[in-house]
Amino acid sequence: MLIGNYQETYRSDEALLRTPAVRGWMAALLALALLFPFVAGDYLLYLANLMGVLAIAALGLNILTGFTGQISLGHAAFMGVGGFGAAFLASRLSLPFWLAVPAGGAMACLAGVVVGVPSLRIKGLYLAIATLAAQVIAEWVFVNWTSATGGIRGLNVPPARLLGLSLDTDFKVYFLVQAAAAAHVWFAANLLRTRWGRAFVAVRDRDIAAELIGVPLFRTKILSFMVSSWYAGIAGGLWAYFVKVVTPENFPLSLSIQLLAMVIVGGLGSIKGTLFGAAFMTLVPEALKLLVGALRAVWPGAQAYLFPMRDVVFGALIVAFLIFEPHGLAEVWNRIKRFFALWPFEK
Amino acid sequence: MDLLLQLLASGVVTGGIYALVAVGFVIVYKATGVINFATGELMMLGAFFAYTAMTAARAPFALALLLAVLAAAGLGALVERVVLRPLLGQRAISVIMVTIGLSSIFKGLAQMIWSGEYRSFPPIFPRAPLVLGPVILPARQVWPFAIALLAILVVGLGFRFTRTGTAMRATADDQQAAYAMGIDIRRVFSLSWSLAAVTAAVAGVVVGTIGGISPQLGAIGLRMFPVVILGGLDSIPGALLGGVAIGVLENLAGGYLDPLLEGGGVKEVVPFAALVAILMIRPYGLFGTREVERL
Repeated sequence: MLIGNYQETYRSDEALLRTPAVRGWMAALLALALLFPFVAGDYLLYLANLMGVLAIAALGLNILTGFTGQISLGHAAFMGVGGFGAAFLASRLSLPFWLAVPAGGAMACLAGVVVGVPSLRIKGLYLAIATLAAQVIAEWVFVNWTSATGGIRGLNVPPARLLGLSLDTDFKVYFLVQAAAAAHVWFAANLLRTRWGRAFVAVRDRDIAAELIGVPLFRTKILSFMVSSWYAGIAGGLWAYFVKVVTPENFPLSLSIQLLAMVIVGGLGSIKGTLFGAAFMTLVPEALKLLVGALRAVWPGAQAYLFPMRDVVFGALIVAFLIFEPHGLAEVWNRIKRFFALWPFEK
Repeated sequence: MDLLLQLLASGVVTGGIYALVAVGFVIVYKATGVINFATGELMMLGAFFAYTAMTAARAPFALALLLAVLAAAGLGALVERVVLRPLLGQRAISVIMVTIGLSSIFKGLAQMIWSGEYRSFPPIFPRAPLVLGPVILPARQVWPFAIALLAILVVGLGFRFTRTGTAMRATADDQQAAYAMGIDIRRVFSLSWSLAAVTAAVAGVVVGTIGGISPQLGAIGLRMFPVVILGGLDSIPGALLGGVAIGVLENLAGGYLDPLLEGGGVKEVVPFAALVAILMIRPYGLFGTREVERL
């Protein structure tokens, strides 16, 4: 039971992990994450990698939508820019992955600026529609700019090489993806405590008021778009190395919507929530697959309903969370934590 | 020249159908401030209702259309009551996402009930094409266009002249004032969703008779966005003009630009390029209300 949290130096007061208990849990989590690939099978590793990649992208989207209040329906397009950028640099110019992925992120960043510029003039629902247009146009460019993207067939990506080691299996990619995810979570957690991070939140809550008290509105929005699309671009680049081929079909509008769903289900404006959301929304379709597989014994026709059922469950989750749990899984987590904070002295 | 006229004509025909859907979209936006991402799925469901009535119950087309309209009206009211009302006045992101969630549910349900197969309506309209000088319009385009126009006319007149229509316009104009005058705002919200579902259903049936139906029909709903942004999100005349303009633009781009590019798909992307241009120049559309923000 937590009684008090006394900080005696500014340094300890500013730390991200402020109590020994939190530090202990974090260390345990880290140890588990490091142990996981040695016990898990290929399928679980694949899921963990997918989750890691999607978590990075969803985190970027949450910085833009949850913290800055700018809705983006085009985040899959930013992932695509990063993915195709990294794949192009790696396959045509044979750049090593530690240059190709950040370069892809930088390209996505630029794309973010282009899409973000109109955000000063249009906002709210109109901005959402503008980003939707960006998504549609980007998809078209991916298909038609054959010389750079390889068109419908896409680009093959050689496995990443690190210290003479070829990262060609899910086991090896796991460490790369999770390290990148951890770094991006750490950066986001810190970013939101800085002057700029506070400016994001001010813009979200009341943009005109924020400008009146001296937050440069345009620069803040653009910066948010840049950070956010950098995250998406890095996720896209990592994904390219992880699935080894990028095609335009990897980055459809439905992926943008899936990322938004992760942010909503996890909790708008919560980093922890984003991670929960990414994990949850990745696991639900897999759980459904298992369920349908189990049902097949008693009901052979179940397989035909798997895909439509995924659509229904996906939609129902979004609707249910918005109506019943608008702060998402992060709030559920906090409730559970509060319960145990005083347990067993208060029910 | 003949090609141009032909493209223009089929553009206007497509545009008429877009306009019908856009009218429903605008009605919901005006009344409740919700952008309805499930428009396309409502079209698809309407088409399936009519299809089922025609094939399973062997109803004549007019009756099937009527049944589809009634079912859609009920569905619209239900959706408003169960899903949209708890979210009234919430952030834009919640309202957008909830309609996206709805569209996903509808798509999945339709696929469960009617399977993903592609189906076509039994023949309905007389086959004789309409010949206007050099332009020949196939009957399967002319009749749907006529139905769409008729539906727009009915909705427009109802909006303008009936008591309910006046109440809806008053609510859109100033919610608090309308409420103070004794207008039941909740009924107006529910009615606007019904109306939106009905216009979508009619449009869905009409589109279905042209090109067949499948649960994927809903994808067409995305094309509403260029239409309503061009016309202005809250303007019914804008929806009409925007529908026709985008329909024509799309067909011209498809006819002239598509053959030049091997990847194709220009027809789908050009309206969205136009959308971006419109947003940059005139964010509130041709006839939309310019929003003034106060602190």
